[in-house]
Amino acid sequence: MSQTSALMGFVHRRRRGAELFLLVLALAVGVGAYAAVGIGVEGSVPVDIVSYGGWLTGLVVAAHVAVRFVAPYADPVLLPLVAALNGLGLAVIHRLDLTDGTTFARQQLTWMTLGVLLFIGALVVLRDHRVLTRFTYTFGLSAILLLLLPLVPGVGKTINGAKIWIGVGPFSFQPGEVAKVLLVVAFAGYLVLHRDALALAGRRVVFVDLPRGRDLGPILAMWLVSLGILVFQKDLGSSLLFFGLFLVMLYVATERPGWLVVGSALFLSGALFAWRAFGHVQDRVDIWLHPFKYYNNPTPPFSDQIVETMFGMAWGGLIGRGFGEGDPTRISYAESDFIMGAIGEELGLTGVIAVLLIYGLIVERALRAALISRDGFGKLVAVGLASVVALQVFVVIGGVTRLIPLTGLTTPFLSYGGSSLVANWVIIALLLRISDQARRPIPDLSGQDEEPDEMNTQVIKL
Amino acid sequence: MNKPIRTISMFCLLLFVALMLNATYLQFWRADSLDNDPRNRRVIEAAYSRERGAILVGREPIAESVPSDDRYEFQRTYPIPFKYAPVTGYFSFFSQTAIEQTQNEVLSGEDPRLFVTKLVDLLSNDPNKGGSVQLTLDPDAQDAAYEGLDALPGDVEGSVVALDPATGKILAMVSLPTYDPNKLASHDLDEVTSTYERLDEDPSEPLVNRAIAKTLPPGSTFKIVTAAAAIESGNYTASSEVPGGSTYRLPQTSAESGVIDNEGRDCGTDRIPFAQAMENSCNTTFAALANELGAEAMLKQAEAFGFNSTYLEDLRPQAESVFPEDMNPPETGQSGIGQFEVRSTPLQMAMVVGAVANNGVVKRPYIVDEVQSAEYDVLEKTEDSDLSQAISSSTAADLTQLLVSTVDNGTASPAAIPGISVAGKTGTAQSGIDDVPPYAWFVSFAPADDPQVAVAVMIESADIPRGEIAGGQLGGPIAKAVMEAIIND
Repeated sequence: MSQTSALMGFVHRRRRGAELFLLVLALAVGVGAYAAVGIGVEGSVPVDIVSYGGWLTGLVVAAHVAVRFVAPYADPVLLPLVAALNGLGLAVIHRLDLTDGTTFARQQLTWMTLGVLLFIGALVVLRDHRVLTRFTYTFGLSAILLLLLPLVPGVGKTINGAKIWIGVGPFSFQPGEVAKVLLVVAFAGYLVLHRDALALAGRRVVFVDLPRGRDLGPILAMWLVSLGILVFQKDLGSSLLFFGLFLVMLYVATERPGWLVVGSALFLSGALFAWRAFGHVQDRVDIWLHPFKYYNNPTPPFSDQIVETMFGMAWGGLIGRGFGEGDPTRISYAESDFIMGAIGEELGLTGVIAVLLIYGLIVERALRAALISRDGFGKLVAVGLASVVALQVFVVIGGVTRLIPLTGLTTPFLSYGGSSLVANWVIIALLLRISDQARRPIPDLSGQDEEPDEMNTQVIKL
Repeated sequence: MNKPIRTISMFCLLLFVALMLNATYLQFWRADSLDNDPRNRRVIEAAYSRERGAILVGREPIAESVPSDDRYEFQRTYPIPFKYAPVTGYFSFFSQTAIEQTQNEVLSGEDPRLFVTKLVDLLSNDPNKGGSVQLTLDPDAQDAAYEGLDALPGDVEGSVVALDPATGKILAMVSLPTYDPNKLASHDLDEVTSTYERLDEDPSEPLVNRAIAKTLPPGSTFKIVTAAAAIESGNYTASSEVPGGSTYRLPQTSAESGVIDNEGRDCGTDRIPFAQAMENSCNTTFAALANELGAEAMLKQAEAFGFNSTYLEDLRPQAESVFPEDMNPPETGQSGIGQFEVRSTPLQMAMVVGAVANNGVVKRPYIVDEVQSAEYDVLEKTEDSDLSQAISSSTAADLTQLLVSTVDNGTASPAAIPGISVAGKTGTAQSGIDDVPPYAWFVSFAPADDPQVAVAVMIESADIPRGEIAGGQLGGPIAKAVMEAIIND
């Protein structure tokens, strides 16, 4: 499609002005929400509104300027969407801080600063995403090492029963968040090389093309890794996320639904096995089916989090109680996994739908970048990153609103959590890079009137 | 690779649509049932810390919310706790009673009549304030009733109710023993729980509003109903002669217990004037009259006054006053003097004399006079309504004549007010239980020619020797004080 349009002389516009305008709106959301929290909870506009707003504006403008210079054709909608979510998340965390006496928002702002710096760094250093194919196996190996790290005695920390944390000085870090980005790149690099073998060889069994036995190797390996995360780290969410991500990318690379059949069968058998073998998985399912049975339980399992979230969201109703008028601190971990509960209570169904639409748009823009990308690797990375966001949002918000059993994952850009925030900013940098490459006009090969710096970015080193 | 990407897009769309539908289900369709879940502390705590409207008597609040600096924004306080507790009830973290419960929608600001106020609050970003409730109680009458009852010796158990006979307005409502609702409205929830348990287990039942929630045998005060039935039958007038005599054997009995006497009061022989029978509270007369009229006529007359039904709409819980059905002749005779299984609340007996005072019309009693906004604008004023025409106005006039002479010349003389014609009747009801002393009753209204107030006084127990318990001596002065408080207003 992109080729056709290019042949017809269609050239994507840069639309950086549109991005700037949308960023102003996003900042209005972030700073406005922060002011509303001050008025709602303390009765006055926060005294640090200028410095806070200035800092937020500085970060957003820095990101925008970086995009303007190093990725001028990048999608203009993604950055404003992310800025709005991040700003809203900060305000909600700040609101919870005011009641709880914690300082999560301040730390989150520090992490956001780091995230934006990494975002700019990634865009500046990585002028062409195809360079990443060189690091397929390095990234794959690093991802697995990072995933194993929390299991190493002395380094790993167990928080709330899940061994997904490592302690670095005073900070806790979830290496799984970084691993998911590395895994997407590694999968994409692997699949783009082996897609023909995976796609063409195989056997047809009852209308479904099943892959060859030897090609099942990687998918079985991934299945085992996911199961390992589930068994040893007791992290249902990440396990589901990694396996689902791999399945989607495999399907896109090979264009064969047969992989989905095999993968789903493996997933279901794994889930069934986990349900029968592990008490904590059974508890999660029981709580999902009968949340009120375990409410105010004297002994575990507890369902207080999910029931309080349901009560809170119901109380919020259509337009919410307003900042400061609800009681979201009744939900434990409202600032991280359960931030949607706090938003549902104080901003209502309106706020929840708005947030879901923003996530939907992020996924849509990422998939659009995948569609128009001119190279298979770019397509796969973009699809993978889109799936990461979509699956993560579905698993965590679905869990919080009792659509599916609850699994621990952070809500991208909203939840308190440094590793997640930083990793997600890098995901957006990669998506912008891919869309920049895809939307950029094809260089005129006659070599006349070409800007030299644009020619440079078209050099492909593999 | 674009075809699978499009498929994945559709899949992602499905995921997001599912999330949105689920959120809508949770926050819209299921919201009401979740909000009404009794385990939902959010809704309870919000109601608890909201600025509730005041409960007013006269111009004074007897319950109001004042700002609080602890974890809840407002503290419910009761400035005159003991006197008004049976009426206000209490507003605790766990429950509400009496006016706090029946008028909860208004006081909490949820009532649709407060819609405009709510809208203004919403637009001006003020917290939603509850409306106020103005009661019909008269502070002077309430003071007189409470102080009169409380002045009796010992730990008094009893109640006083005063009505405006022409409208049904409740002018005074006192019940002893009482309690301090401030302790139950406290933000110290452990103290609330222990106080509540102590009050709930107390055998003297301080949490029960005796005026409306406890029935006892009305004894001789019920003779007004028997007399009403007799005059309504057409066979008697105030000047007729009625059966007399010092003893009366109940039909179908032969044992000693089947004989009714007059405890030494002069009830003549054979036939005596109706006035003498009422003045001396002749048991023999009214037991004989009840049998003469029959169980059916007695039941009909009692139910016309409000027995065997509930009628109070703005205060709960209300006990139903009982007049038994399908009685045999000896039981009918007993019922004629307010014994056997006849049981009445003080409010019911006040309604009986109230109907006599109001030309025979029973008014529906009510205690909420006005519903007001937080700014004290009247949103709704309760209209008085008729409950029934219990007796004809001529019967009412005859009864009034008999009751006035009971005060002037008979047992009810302690209620006499100089210069004002008072109608009244005493009662001393056998409890029917060994070791439980009789209950003293007194009912009256005044002025007899232009009734402004009808009173019922009931003393269940006080530190008084058994032999000295008499409705006239104990209840008469209290009724008198309440009537004077209204008439001299």
